Amino acid sequence: MRFLPAGPSALLVELSNQDEVLAFAEEVARRREGGWGSTISDVVPGARTVLLDGARRPAELAEEIAGWTFQPAQREQAVPVEVQVRYDGPDLADVAAHWGVSEREVGEIHASLSHRVAFCGFSPGFAYIDGLGERWKVPRRPTPRPQVPGGSVAVGGAYTGVYPRSSPGGWQLIGHTDLVLWDDARQPPALLGPGTPVRFTAR
Amino acid sequence: MQDGGRPGFAHLGVPRSGALDRAAAALANRLVGNPEGAAVLETTLDGVGLRLEGQAVVAVTGAKAAVRLDGRPAAWGMPVYVPGGSVLDVGRAELGARSYLAVDGGFDTPQVLGSRSTDVLSGFGPPPLTTGERLPIGWPCGPVPPVDFAPYRFPAPEILVPLHPGPRGDWMTPAAEEALFTRQFRVSPTSNRVALRLAGPPLERSQVEELPSEGLVWGSVQLVASGQILVFLADHPTTGGYPVVAVADRAAGPGCAQARPGDAVRFQRARPVSGQGPSRRR
Repeated sequence: MRFLPAGPSALLVELSNQDEVLAFAEEVARRREGGWGSTISDVVPGARTVLLDGARRPAELAEEIAGWTFQPAQREQAVPVEVQVRYDGPDLADVAAHWGVSEREVGEIHASLSHRVAFCGFSPGFAYIDGLGERWKVPRRPTPRPQVPGGSVAVGGAYTGVYPRSSPGGWQLIGHTDLVLWDDARQPPALLGPGTPVRFTAR
Repeated sequence: MQDGGRPGFAHLGVPRSGALDRAAAALANRLVGNPEGAAVLETTLDGVGLRLEGQAVVAVTGAKAAVRLDGRPAAWGMPVYVPGGSVLDVGRAELGARSYLAVDGGFDTPQVLGSRSTDVLSGFGPPPLTTGERLPIGWPCGPVPPVDFAPYRFPAPEILVPLHPGPRGDWMTPAAEEALFTRQFRVSPTSNRVALRLAGPPLERSQVEELPSEGLVWGSVQLVASGQILVFLADHPTTGGYPVVAVADRAAGPGCAQARPGDAVRFQRARPVSGQGPSRRR
């Protein structure tokens, strides 16, 4: 664990890998439920970091956290969210070529992998879903699209993403889903929060 | 429409949003007896005109602008008593960029995730106001303070931004760091509620690899690929993949919110806050 400054009222905790990030975020959530860290307004996981925003004395907080031990992330307990996908995206051919497989196999392979939300960012409800690993990583598109339709299922780097609404986007579009990912009235409003297991199935 | 924003949802990608000049919005609310976080109108460069159906107390703060009640000059920076049926007009910003208009009782538009703020990055919250739109107003909450004039510091010709260490200060070369703290930058016209974008000498990065996305705080000074820098404000994205080389002190908030395109900006090292220490390894 490394502690990096993030201004006078926040602390950025850097960890070794995605699993550690989720494990640490879970530990923070557990302690907050018990009343710890009442000034912290936001706990924001990233690819290798967790940001604690609202820390009054970041250096002291770092000292305290350095003494923590925490369990590995709880994988088994959470119920996976199933995302039904029609694998018919405009970049299917490009991804197939990169993977060295047929276009139809792209959907089969993608749906066969084990996916989990690593963190959210970029847009409300946009989840960076871990699961492609080194083997199935893809480059982002050289030029982002100014508009990607809401519901698009895309891959970029080692992540899968589902665009909750229309927005610019630079990832490879492999399909689309009708699943409603964001609902203001729902508690929590996002279906795909950090740590959520995801199962993609072909429709 | 802006209020105190919607903290607590950054882990789902939702910017905190809220009034860009928090001090001015809070002052406008206090001047009409509202809690500081009540919803206010935030105008950018242009003004706004309202017809109040019933009598009300309003106050205009932030950017200095001409205030008129039924065409006659009225006070800026003070409570203004408005008879029912009157038209209140806030003119173009003369000094600064963003004016705030508060009404006693606060604006009572629908909330999204507990806030009435409009976030221009994601489009959350109510859409920007259109002519003819009706805005509900809540019941007056508190007494209007008996003030003659609320002191307010106007933006200086050169906006000084104190900077605290950020997580990726080591991603600047020593020459870039030197330039950051000695050169003058200018506010770009592409600045908005998401970020103050600055034109100036390109700052060189010491690392060429990509940075895995990490959480961002208000005031983050991000060094993008072209060597340009920006200062993230209220509608900033919750994570980013470019290095944050420093973080602006909150005291710079009003200056950043009131910055107009072409304004000069200069950075200086902030005095360390107690409890804020160097990074350490485990």
